[in-house]
Amino acid sequence: MLDLSKYQSIGAALKDALDQFANEVCLIESDREREKERLTYHDFKERAHPLARALQDAGFKPNDRAAIIMTNQSKWLISAYAIFYSGGVLVPLDYKLTPDEQWQLLAHSNASVLVTEYPIWRQLAASPSRSLATNLRTILVTEAPPNADLSNAKRWEEFRGNSEPTFIARQRSDIATIVYSSGTGGRPKGCMMTHENYLEQCIALTSIYPFSPGMRYLSILPTNHAIDFMVGFFGPFICGAAVVHLRTLRPEYVREAFSKYKITYVSLVPLVLKNLQKGLQERLEALPNGKRKVFNALVAINKGFTKGQSRLGLSRRLLKQVHEAFGGELRAIIVGGAFTEPQTLQFFYDLGIPVANGYGLTEAGTAITVNDLKPFRADTVGKPLPGMQVRILNPDSEGIGEVSVRSKTVMSGYVNEPELTAETIVDGWLMTGDLGRFDPTGHLQLFGRKKNMIVTEEGKNIYPEDIETAFESLPVKEFCIFAANYVWPKRSMVGEQLLLVLHLEQDQTLSDDLRRYISARNSRLLNYKRVHGIVLFDEDFPRTASLKIKRNILAERLAQQDRASAVLPL
Amino acid sequence: MRTIDQTTQEVLTLASKHFQVPADSLAPDDDFFKKLGIDSLQALELLSRLENHFGIELPDYEVQGVSDFRTLASRIQSRL
Repeated sequence: MLDLSKYQSIGAALKDALDQFANEVCLIESDREREKERLTYHDFKERAHPLARALQDAGFKPNDRAAIIMTNQSKWLISAYAIFYSGGVLVPLDYKLTPDEQWQLLAHSNASVLVTEYPIWRQLAASPSRSLATNLRTILVTEAPPNADLSNAKRWEEFRGNSEPTFIARQRSDIATIVYSSGTGGRPKGCMMTHENYLEQCIALTSIYPFSPGMRYLSILPTNHAIDFMVGFFGPFICGAAVVHLRTLRPEYVREAFSKYKITYVSLVPLVLKNLQKGLQERLEALPNGKRKVFNALVAINKGFTKGQSRLGLSRRLLKQVHEAFGGELRAIIVGGAFTEPQTLQFFYDLGIPVANGYGLTEAGTAITVNDLKPFRADTVGKPLPGMQVRILNPDSEGIGEVSVRSKTVMSGYVNEPELTAETIVDGWLMTGDLGRFDPTGHLQLFGRKKNMIVTEEGKNIYPEDIETAFESLPVKEFCIFAANYVWPKRSMVGEQLLLVLHLEQDQTLSDDLRRYISARNSRLLNYKRVHGIVLFDEDFPRTASLKIKRNILAERLAQQDRASAVLPL
Repeated sequence: MRTIDQTTQEVLTLASKHFQVPADSLAPDDDFFKKLGIDSLQALELLSRLENHFGIELPDYEVQGVSDFRTLASRIQSRL
């Protein structure tokens, strides 16, 4: 891999990577059974340079902002590189947002260029909010049908300059991207990430999970997300590895991609990981009794041998069928974006598939801690990455306090929000708003969000997200726990209670059996951690693009119910 | 060539079979996420079933933001 300590910018590092790994495959794009594209680093450069030239000819200047709204594909990365090569600031936006939201962010970021794909552009062009983005001068649309009305946009494929573009050098402290953090509440915030943020984050992550030529990363999380941008673009590229994109995310094609492309790493959000677990469990339970017993015995042997550390070679031999279903080359599943249940992490680890869970937030440049698997710990989010200073502010008697971080990966601030920036970064320390503590071995344990907590009459601090793990696998569609006073604010510090919010399956009722099941789980908790009532909610929980529950929005919706009648006894 | 009403009816029938709910409990304007109680991954499974049935390919972007049977049927109809 390149020695990133010698580089000043993402563009400069990628520029050298394209030459150093010229003959290696960097991108594979698959659409169902068809492989649409397979590019070497040399091919990538041949595609990106004419685009960079055309951007520069169209008046795109250093520090100008260019947004990308696309599903994961080769043209996303080619466009991003052309923007960096030209000294621009990349604004990666979520393609799942509504057109109205996208226009608002385009206006907020002051983007002068937009790169998008035709189906998305059709919706954007029809939105009345288009008038918001007054600075937008160049719109490039990919894969538009021959006779399509592009509504003043240009075809990406035809937007090519004839001469070599000029490489624009940037400094480490210059802004590289503006990333809108979906967050779990409030309006989106534009995090200004510097080139140094990415260079240092990449150094830290690849020191634990390295890429090399021949390795293949399956890019499923949206590339606008900080995790995929790092491990599905910048990380593999500066190491000469390949990124595999799928144009459809139907489960059958995702499954097929593992074995077809011999995937080395993949990143998933916890919900998808859990779905994968459910599918595997169902298949294992369907095995004939004898085979299941043999399989369980092999899992037990694997568990015994991998207690202290992961032994991929051994696990692949012992549990061949499972590993072959994942292509046989999978080294780890990277999971992020939300808290992952320890039971899910353990399930995969017991099968010999390490899940690299960690903790991070966009403002800190993707990851702060990562589980290094030495040994595997399902109950923590790992240790701080090299170069991260992490401290717990104002710890209580149990050592739990707000996690704060100081490192070269912390953003320079929020766009147009100096006050919010000053509240968030205090004396160089990023206040995460998350509550955690370190265990004696230096692993970070998380206990919830600062604002989503209660103090019991016994003087104990309780974190709802912590308690949710005690209700893992509850047979309902979804559930979560709230502090009652968080939903129905009350000016009191005593008598706070926890509520279990249930979204039942269709046609499911809150039966006596279900109540008994919940009570049994509840009674296993220490008395001050027990929930006191149930609230039924008959809609899907609002979630962010990374599938975290938007707790503040859910609380607002719950609050529309009358507290006295909404809270059912347990 | 099917009419849009026929296509819609076939979508409803297939959905009811796939998720094992009574056919007469589904209506064209129902939100299939809510009515079937499914998540986005299960919706993708349904799409694969529909593609096989109608012999078409529905790109993911065509169904981005679609949540009711009627709109889904119209997207299928445009590709028949």
